[in-house]
Amino acid sequence: MRKKEMIAMLLAGGQGSRLGVLTFNTAKPAVPFGGKYRIIDFPMSNCINSGVDTVGVLTQYQPLLLNRHIGIGIPWDLDRRNGGVTILAPHVKGAQGEWYTGTANAIYQNLEYINEYNPEYVLILSGDHIYKMDYSRMLDFHKKKKCDVTIAVLEVPMEEASRFGIMNAREDDRIYEFEEKPAQPKSNLASMGIYIFAWDKLKEALIYDNKLHDNSDFGKHIIPLMLNNGMTMYAYRFKDYWKDVGTIESYWAANMELIRTLPDFNLYEDFWKIYTDADHQPPLYVGPDAEIKTSLVSEGCEVYGAVRNSVLGPEVSVGEGATVRDSIIMTGCSISPGCVLDRCIIDEGSELGRNVVIGCGDNTPNSDWPKIYDTGITVIGEHSVVPDNVRVGKNCVIYGRTAQEHYQNGSLDSGGSVVLVKEVTI
Amino acid sequence: MKAIGIILAGGNNDKLGALTTRRALSAIPVGSCYRSIDFTLSNMSNSGIGKIAVITQYNSRSLHDHMSSAKWWDMGRKQGGLFVFSPYLSNDNSLWFRGTADSIFQNITFLKRSIEPYVLIASGDAVYKMDYNDVIEQHEQTQADITVMYKNVEDEDVCNYGVLELDETGRLLEFEEKPLETHLRHISMGIYVISRTLLINLLETIVGEGRYDIVKDIIIRYRKKLNIRGYLFSGYWRAVNGIPEYFGINMDFLKKEVRNLFTAAEPYIETKPKDEPPVKYNYTASVRDSLIGSGGIINGTVNHSVLFRKVYTGENSCINNSIIMEGTIVATNCYVEYAIVDKEAVLSDGRRITGTREQPIIVPKGAVV
Repeated sequence: MRKKEMIAMLLAGGQGSRLGVLTFNTAKPAVPFGGKYRIIDFPMSNCINSGVDTVGVLTQYQPLLLNRHIGIGIPWDLDRRNGGVTILAPHVKGAQGEWYTGTANAIYQNLEYINEYNPEYVLILSGDHIYKMDYSRMLDFHKKKKCDVTIAVLEVPMEEASRFGIMNAREDDRIYEFEEKPAQPKSNLASMGIYIFAWDKLKEALIYDNKLHDNSDFGKHIIPLMLNNGMTMYAYRFKDYWKDVGTIESYWAANMELIRTLPDFNLYEDFWKIYTDADHQPPLYVGPDAEIKTSLVSEGCEVYGAVRNSVLGPEVSVGEGATVRDSIIMTGCSISPGCVLDRCIIDEGSELGRNVVIGCGDNTPNSDWPKIYDTGITVIGEHSVVPDNVRVGKNCVIYGRTAQEHYQNGSLDSGGSVVLVKEVTI
Repeated sequence: MKAIGIILAGGNNDKLGALTTRRALSAIPVGSCYRSIDFTLSNMSNSGIGKIAVITQYNSRSLHDHMSSAKWWDMGRKQGGLFVFSPYLSNDNSLWFRGTADSIFQNITFLKRSIEPYVLIASGDAVYKMDYNDVIEQHEQTQADITVMYKNVEDEDVCNYGVLELDETGRLLEFEEKPLETHLRHISMGIYVISRTLLINLLETIVGEGRYDIVKDIIIRYRKKLNIRGYLFSGYWRAVNGIPEYFGINMDFLKKEVRNLFTAAEPYIETKPKDEPPVKYNYTASVRDSLIGSGGIINGTVNHSVLFRKVYTGENSCINNSIIMEGTIVATNCYVEYAIVDKEAVLSDGRRITGTREQPIIVPKGAVV
């Protein structure tokens, strides 16, 4: 292998359990965002746009969709003979297999992959965030400051700082202390989970720490260890748009921000494009009686009804007389004529029968998962079916191919759930 | 696969006026996101043809750009794949292609190095979808030397096409190119199946005699000597051979059955992806019965039109019955009717551009109006 200056390791194995039914069958990085994209497209596109052409993607939780999406890396021009993208799944070593038990443990288990490229620097990323960032500028900073570790940080409001991993730094941004979710934060520099390490230093720390902890983690173990050993560690301040879409509400809100006339996060500029797997891109058809306002609508949609304040993924059909408001409809969903949807998220490939109403009634939190569904958003899982004329309230969850018998009096009150365990068909 | 493919994409057609002064006919944008060559190229790939030569000549830059990678059509192969041939200079030969047959003859090595028994020759400027295995099967069954694909047209003017007269068994009797007057209703689609070795022999013979055209010097001249047969194609097929046809093809994509043929049913027609974001509709947008390409930002009114990728329409602008190509900016308070606006044009505030259904007005590429 030809030596690489810096390679990226992208942690994409997390479930993102607060996204509820959206991550039943999919790892969080594969969850669609902004119509045609998936969350992982943002760090992947950042890599290639920054000139990082070797990316190891560490998968673990429900990797099927992610594997298919990444393939050999064609959408990001990461299909390379030297480098490119490699999917790194947990594997059997010696007598037994081992899961990735922590973020640093996952990197530790792939030491050999990194060694092949013998890089000077390793960039650690997570596949959970929406942002555009030039990692090459962070690397310049890393070299200029002669760092062992550089951690990208965001200045968050002080009152929210206790929700983040906080870097306490001197005036010149040299970090002297790291605190995970401190009750009394001393600083508002929140870690974005983006690190550049000098590879030789990181390797040493990984090998050492994995003897001590069997769930070795960057925030909990590696960063404190390296600080204690007196390594040079700087905070790299990032001032642009960055969103963690970890909950149903924040996921919905981040999508909705994109439909503003001048959104904070601009997908329409040419010099820092976001790439995604979309080989087949038929045009989008808007029917004679359709009405679309303040929305994002992707390729291959056929819209005959009304769409307001919504984000539609590719190949969604919206039938005549249907109304979609304040909602996110993902790839390949079919919204039959006469449906009225308010504030809902409908995952890929779902079908809504005629005259289905979603989002009516009061704002009772979900009775089974009150912490996940409590902001009035109803979520329908992937490849689900809702039969004709059903009325669904707020904070509901529907998953599976439901039929009339699953709805008393043809309705599901706010906070209700219909979750059918998927039959495995051979 | 039993055949290799040759796409004749070198033709010049001045009937498209400003649209083809700097663009090969095969690279003309169609249906909001495609270019005309995508149809033949995808058909070949989808039919299992694994080795394709595209022969270019006029304004080949646009085609080379479009086909800078073959992977979108699954043609990035070690075995076979996509070959793009242009005229070149050498010590004993510095000729442009003198005709369709000559353009293949000058690349005859491509034929000689292949092993497949048949060659499928098609032009790169027609919009249609077909499985070529059907015509190859008929070609074998009828033991034809050459099979010419044709289409029946009842009420259209056929004077822009080659017309065929067949006997009751389907054998070619007469072929007339662009007839002034005719009662014949079979038009040639410019798609031929021929055995590879026969093609090599014919090309070497006719070019030696100073003849360079497939239609005139092979099909017509050899119609009695060889067993040339017709293959009837009954699906949607239209060639881009004039402004009204070009306008009509694009408007056909607004019809569900035409659109679905290409975009909803597998195998799909593939094109070079451009990674544009979804279309953004702002509050003042009003779009009816139109196709909108990705990356567009819509503030104005769009009716019965085809917008390609990355078109911006400003507030209070109205676009009716028009084709707006990639990257065009229509500023505020514009009125556009029956127009074909080529790529990256800019219509500044308050412009009115109106043509007629019969004669759409053309705004050339990059023009600032």
